[in-house]
Amino acid sequence: MEHMIRLDELTKRFPGQLAVDSVSMDIPEGEIVVFVGPSGCGKTTTLKMINRLIEPTSGRIFLEDEDVTRINADRLRRRIGYVIQQIGLFPHMTIASNIATVPRTLGWDKQRIAERVDELLELVGMDPEAYRDRYPKELSGGQNQRVGVARALAADPAVMLMDEPFGAVDPITRERLQNEFLRLQDEVNKTICFVTHDVDEAIKMGDRIAIFGDDHGIQQFDTPEMILSHPANEFVEDFLGSGAALKRLHLRRVREVALTAWPAAGVAEDRDTLREKLEDSEQSFLLLLDEQRQPVRWVSRRDLERGEGRMADRGLPVAAIIEPHATLHDALDEMITSNVGCAVVVDREGAYQGVVDIDPVMTAVNTLRAELRERLAVGSWHAVPTETVEEGTS
Amino acid sequence: MQALGEFLARRWPQLLELAVEHLLLVLTAIVLATFIGVMIGVLVYRSAALSSLATAMTATILTIPSLALFGLMVVWVGLGDRSAVIALTAYALLPIVRNTVTGLQGVDPAVNESAKGMGLSARARLLRIDLPLAWPVILTGVRVATMLIVSIAAIAAYIGAGGLGNWIFDGLARRGSVVAMPLIISGTLGVVAVAFILDGFYIVVGRVTTPRGIRD
Repeated sequence: MEHMIRLDELTKRFPGQLAVDSVSMDIPEGEIVVFVGPSGCGKTTTLKMINRLIEPTSGRIFLEDEDVTRINADRLRRRIGYVIQQIGLFPHMTIASNIATVPRTLGWDKQRIAERVDELLELVGMDPEAYRDRYPKELSGGQNQRVGVARALAADPAVMLMDEPFGAVDPITRERLQNEFLRLQDEVNKTICFVTHDVDEAIKMGDRIAIFGDDHGIQQFDTPEMILSHPANEFVEDFLGSGAALKRLHLRRVREVALTAWPAAGVAEDRDTLREKLEDSEQSFLLLLDEQRQPVRWVSRRDLERGEGRMADRGLPVAAIIEPHATLHDALDEMITSNVGCAVVVDREGAYQGVVDIDPVMTAVNTLRAELRERLAVGSWHAVPTETVEEGTS
Repeated sequence: MQALGEFLARRWPQLLELAVEHLLLVLTAIVLATFIGVMIGVLVYRSAALSSLATAMTATILTIPSLALFGLMVVWVGLGDRSAVIALTAYALLPIVRNTVTGLQGVDPAVNESAKGMGLSARARLLRIDLPLAWPVILTGVRVATMLIVSIAAIAAYIGAGGLGNWIFDGLARRGSVVAMPLIISGTLGVVAVAFILDGFYIVVGRVTTPRGIRD
């Protein structure tokens, strides 16, 4: 099987209005393909034609090389995970029942369903014991969105369709959900179609991006690197907007750059040790960690010298905290808001890993630029040197 | 008042019997009306035109004076319980149909879309998602319908369906006698009592049948 999903000249005409004009696309297995474009460009309609919530006027849809354009729609949909912006959890059912919906429809036995529910809750970072028997209204927006993703993954579908899944949450939650989702994707490796109107989100999430235009067709379908460096036409260029160099920072993740070692110490250590540690370094702030090695405070020399009282109440709170999955764009964003001028990197459990300051960001900007220049000089259209899938014609 | 007290003391077993008869008459009609009304609601709620048509038609039934409808039923079906149940069922339809439509239309479109997108069949969506979510609203309709026909059921005694209406009609027939007023008053109070009991019953039913996730 070469492609997980193939769209063959899909067209949708609503009465008196063309919504999607002959879209053809091959989506390789295990990739996240983002559909992005202005409103009314047909990106959502295209997505909904894949699970046939909207029936195409003409054209064909292939899933795992099988023509699914005419098969039973309900049975097709059970093979495809579906996540929407409004989530649509069933309010009268517990979290466990929500997640169990498709497995139950497929006739799994109780034991298997219960195990799967717990497994999925853990996968999306929620304690099964605490959440299994709760109801959607008792959870926050971000938690409900996680349950929505778990529910879509329940029967382990090869394909997931996500319609602006993180569009309705606040920016901080959105960033966290995006990073969590990318980490999740590393584990589950699904083929994902993802609709958004946010270019930054598209660049961050997509292995490949399809830019839809006002003509209801695809303007460009390529990797984020290529789209940023080689917009196919004026429309794409306008749509990307300015600051392509800044956007390129979405293409590098924190885990790919060397972290800077920063003087850090346990919050319980005695004051002289702390002072010594700070003085041995070239920095003006010391990072204090709690027993779980989670960052708690930034303290300066002055904070250390000042009178009595608990160490944990001194200095400044650590605000800029990111996970290795975050992009350098996120890191830069955090850095700018941080008091100390760097972002603290923590692992899944929240334990301190290191910090990112402006240097690796500048290095990344330079190497990304150099890589591009090199690639353009060689005349290769392959975005990533290790890429095996032919994409020169797209 | 004293006459009423003596009357009740003497005849309360009979009053209880009539009240039970009354209650059963109402409950039979309500169960039927709930089945029929919910079914009508399910069939029409997706179309605005059909929904208004169904509401208008069931509303029309309500405008028929009860004596006239009971009279017609006697002509078509004959005297007795059966006529009364049919007429009461017809009266109970409006609130049930209307609330079923309202309840089903009120289900969050996102819930419907995600249910459809997960591959639940139309039947499964109706039975597992839409009806349970609309249930509190439907139940309110059933409750209103019940209150409506508890009093109309008193008139069913006129066509031999029994119930507390018996005493009311008896009292009316014996105007002037000592027992006339006690008959009418205790029949009426009985109807009120049945209504209260049923209302309490619905509160319990509502508690028990509304899932915790959608309780207020």
